[in-house]
Parts: sequence; structure tokens; C-alpha cells
Amino acid sequence: MNETYDILILGGGPAGISAALTARARGRSVLVISNPAATSALHKAHAIDNYPGLVGMSGAELLARMTEGFAQLAIPTVTGRVTGVMPLGESFMVSVGTDVYAARSLILASGAAQPRAYPGEAELLGRGVSYCATCDGMFYRGKRVAVIGLSADAREEADFLSGIGCEVEFFDRTRAKTYEIRGTEKVASLVADGVEYPVDGVFVLRDTVASSVLLPGLALDGGHIAVDRSMAASMPGVFACGDCTGRPYQIAKAVGEGNVAALSADGYLGKTKS
Amino acid sequence: MSVLELTKDNFDATIASGDTLVDFWAPWCGPCKMQSPIVDAFAAAQSAVKVGKVNTDEQMELAQKYGIMAIPTLIAFRDGEVIAKKTGLSPAGEIEAMFK
Repeated sequence: MNETYDILILGGGPAGISAALTARARGRSVLVISNPAATSALHKAHAIDNYPGLVGMSGAELLARMTEGFAQLAIPTVTGRVTGVMPLGESFMVSVGTDVYAARSLILASGAAQPRAYPGEAELLGRGVSYCATCDGMFYRGKRVAVIGLSADAREEADFLSGIGCEVEFFDRTRAKTYEIRGTEKVASLVADGVEYPVDGVFVLRDTVASSVLLPGLALDGGHIAVDRSMAASMPGVFACGDCTGRPYQIAKAVGEGNVAALSADGYLGKTKS
Repeated sequence: MSVLELTKDNFDATIASGDTLVDFWAPWCGPCKMQSPIVDAFAAAQSAVKVGKVNTDEQMELAQKYGIMAIPTLIAFRDGEVIAKKTGLSPAGEIEAMFK
């Protein structure tokens, strides 16, 4: 197993970068987990005109500049999608595909794309609903599964499932608009735009897994993570910053909140013993 | 109590009587690596419940028989019957609660 970090930062945009730099400057061990930078909306932005000091820069350039300090401060990063978070009392476990990381606190900086779970999704998670084809695929060999492929790597994951012997019904972004996952003890079918497909499993592959599914019971406010002025979320040891806490979706606001979240996490860690 | 390595050859005999906790895992599964020491500690701390582990890579028949669809999955057996099943990492307190 890996070391237990002081802080795991979920998200590598401006909020997560800012939180990482501040936490590291406070002497905390941190790990930043994020999707590939190229998949973020900011990375595609042509020019940012209101970020002080770096006016007119493209989103990609800005992200590169912001992460320059990572090497100097020895901040490790992991590229991947967080598929599960487990609170364990005084620590948290976070799974990223088939890997797992542990920390004493979490900073959620997962961006504006906070998907809503489909009906049945949270209830049937682990009972036919999966977020990771390479993790759970082998249990569906010879069975019929649906893949709701909304992430960039969804096609590869679907190919993996076909390759190990699953019968795959693939839904890309355009094939259906509404989904409902049905079943009682386990998944029985997927309803897509009113058409029912009998399946044994549904792989929901999004760039971001909904915070409400990752941390059941986490308080939300209008679809965003509810936080106080210290960026503390509703669970002890969990902080949030940036677009995932609500509008305005601005880089300056994200950077500021990331700074506050890291200082608050530092304060929280100072009060608890490892 | 020590932890038993369960296969299709000794599974039924092990769960047939009394209370048994079975941890379904695989070597490539990250969360399973966290679950394993928690299950070991549970086994060491008491003697009322037998504890076994099933490597789902090697024991696909058992994984299918018990409808394992994600790992780690813990199943509590009493006299051969399933009395509780939990998927995802389970802290120590929840393991104890499976036999209440």
C-alpha cells in the first residue's frame, strides 16, 4: 500500500493547483489526482483576459505556468479518474481505477462538471453499476453489459469489455439523452430514451464521478458542494474549492478558494493526530 | 483465529456450520489491498467467526455462484446461509455489524 498523505487533492485545475502549492508550502504531503489536462475546458480556452498578471494567455499556457511550481515543491500528481472515496474515520481512501491512495484529509476541486446520477445509479452501484471497466469487467464475462460512454477513454474501456468476452451495448454522447437503470437486488436493465435494454451490468463512464455518489451524505447546495467560508464541506476533513462549490466559474475565484481550502485543511490536520 | 484460503474444494465445508466471513478479492484490486489487513485484524481479534478469503481470479466459479460483481465484497454466512453481503471497502465496525 502507498503512504498516507496529509491531503489528497481531487482535481488539477486552478483550484487544485492553488491548494497543492499552499498545502506544500505549509509542509503538508499532498497528492494531486486529475484527469489529463487536455480534457479540461480551461485547457481549450483560446485566451484568458481577466487573470491578473497573465492577461491574454491561452488556457493551456496558463495551466502550464500554474503547475511550474510542482516540480520545485516536489508535488506528485496522478492522472486518472477517481471512482470511489471511502471515509474511514480519521482517514480517507480514494480509488483511482485499480489503484488506491490514502490521506487524512481531502480537498475536492473537481470542477464545474458535476454530473447528476441517473435514476438507479447510486442504488445499484457495486450491484451491476460500475465506473471502471478494467476493475470490474471480469465479473461480466459472457454477459450483456451497457456502456454509457461520456468520457474521452470510454471507447477503449468498451473495447476492453468486448475483448474479455462481454456483449457490449455502447451508448455514445449522441445515442440517447435520458437513462434509467432498473433492478432491485441487481441491475436488470437500462432504459435509454424510453427503450429498455436487458443487461447484467451498466458501466457509466464520465470524466467526473458525481460528488454525491463518491461521498454519500455530502451536503450539496443547488447541485454544487456546500461549503462554509473556510471551504469546509459538510464532512470532517473534507474541503472543496473552485467551480465545484458554485458560481462564478472564474479562475481567480478558484485560485482564492484553493488557497483557503489548503489553509483550512492544514488547520484541521493540526488539530488531529495521525 | 487464522485466515483460511478458500477454494471450491473447501468452501462448502467451511461455511456449512457456524459463522463465517468471506473476503472476495483479487491481486490487481487496489481497495482489496486495504480491505485485507482489516479482515486479518478482525480474524485475529475474535474466535467466534471463521474468516476466509477467495481469490476471484482463481475461483471464478465461487465468484459467479455468489453473484460477485465488484470487489472487495464481503459475505457473512451463518450455517451455510448468506446473512449479509457488502460490496466496497468495509471498516472494522461494519464487519462486526454483519453478524449482528
